[in-house]
Amino acid sequence: MTVSHTLLGLLEEADRHGYDLKQAYDRRFGAAKPIRFGQVYRTLAQLVRDGLVEVVGVEPGAGPDRKRYAITPEGVTDLDRWLAEPEDPQPQLQTVLFTKVTLALMSGRPAGEFLDAQRLRHLDAMRVLTAARREAVSAKDALLADYRLFHVEADLRWIEHAAGRLPALAEEVDDDHGPDRS
Amino acid sequence: MTTVLTGRELRKSFGRTQALRGANVSVSGGEILAVMGPSGSGKSTLLHCLGGVLRPDSGEVAFGEVRLDRLADRERSRLRRTSFGFVFQFGQLVPELPVLENIALPLLLEGRARRAALAEAAEWAARLGLDGLWDRLPAELSGGQVQLAAIARALVARPRVVFADEPTGALDSVAADEVMELLVDTVRDHDAAMIIVTHEPRVAAFADRTLIVRDGLDVQPVGAR
Repeated sequence: MTVSHTLLGLLEEADRHGYDLKQAYDRRFGAAKPIRFGQVYRTLAQLVRDGLVEVVGVEPGAGPDRKRYAITPEGVTDLDRWLAEPEDPQPQLQTVLFTKVTLALMSGRPAGEFLDAQRLRHLDAMRVLTAARREAVSAKDALLADYRLFHVEADLRWIEHAAGRLPALAEEVDDDHGPDRS
Repeated sequence: MTTVLTGRELRKSFGRTQALRGANVSVSGGEILAVMGPSGSGKSTLLHCLGGVLRPDSGEVAFGEVRLDRLADRERSRLRRTSFGFVFQFGQLVPELPVLENIALPLLLEGRARRAALAEAAEWAARLGLDGLWDRLPAELSGGQVQLAAIARALVARPRVVFADEPTGALDSVAADEVMELLVDTVRDHDAAMIIVTHEPRVAAFADRTLIVRDGLDVQPVGAR
C-alpha cells in the first residue's frame, strides 16, 4: 500500500504527531490529492497494530491528547523491502483500449478510426502536459509532469503498434468467432 | 491566422512506389504543425514537396501567391534559401567549418558581407546557448549542440517557414526536450510557421496541431476534434 509506506517514510525522517504527518504528506505528495485526516489515523492505527510504528509519547493539548509516533526497526525493514521491490506497470487503460479494439473488430466497426481518434486524444493530453511541464515553477513539478508524459506516451506507442497489427488482429478475432457461427 | 503554405492533392511516386496519393496540408503564420505517421507513410516526402526539395507529380504547393510546384529548379532553390529554413535529424552541418561559419552559411550564400554575416550568426549562437563554441568544429560538439547550431542556421535568414525532419531523432530525451524548447520558442518569437515531421509523440506534443499521414494520405479520423 502506497499510503502506509509513504507515512512510514515520513516517520523515518522524524517522529511526528498525526497532524504534522498530514501536513508533511500533503506538502510532499498531496499535490494531486491531499490525504484525509481519517485516513492518516486509520493507517497509523494499522501500522501500530503491525508493529511497524509505535507511540512514543502523549502530550496533552487544548483539544484531544496528541500522540507522537515513531517508526520501529521492523518498520524500517518493511520500508526498505517496499522501496527495493519494482512495481508492476498499471495495465488498466490498455485493458480498456484493447477491449474497444477487439469489440470494434468483432462487430465490424472501424477499429482503425477509433485508434486514430484515441491517438489524437492522447496527443492532446501530451500537449497539455508538455505545456504544464514548460510552465512548471520547480524542477520537481516538471519531473512529475514528465512522469505522466512518459506514461501517456507509452499508451500512444501501444496505439501505434495496435494500428499496425489490425489486419492480423482482425483475422484472429474472426477465427475466435468461427465456431459460434455454425 | 493567414495560411502561409498549402499542399493540395499532392501525389508523388518513386518508381512503382506511391509515396503520396493525394495528401492535403496547410499551415498558418506562427503555427507549429506536427506531421506523424508510420515509417513509409509518406510523411518525409510530404515535407520535401512542401519545402520545395521535391516537385510533386501532381497537385499544388502554394506559398502565398507563389506556386512552388510550377517554379523552375533554380527559382525553387532560391526561394528555399530566402524563405525556408531546414533542420534535419543529424544537423548536417558542414564538417570542415566552425560553428559560427556554419550558422552564417545561408547569409554568406545570399551574398551578405562576411563580417556582417558572422556578427548576425553570433547573435543567433548566443540566443541558442552556443556561446564559447564558435570556433569548434561540428565533430567537437555534442548531439544536442549540433542540433542547436542547425536551428540557428535554419533561422539566421529569418525564414517564413521552418521544416524540421525528426529534429531530435538522434538525441536522448533530456537533450531532445532542451532542443525542442529552444526550437519552438525561437520559431514563435519570429512568427514563422513550422512543420515538424516526427514519429515521437513527445516532439509532436510541442506543436499546436498534429496531422497524421497514412499510406500517402492525410488522415481525418471520425470523432476527432
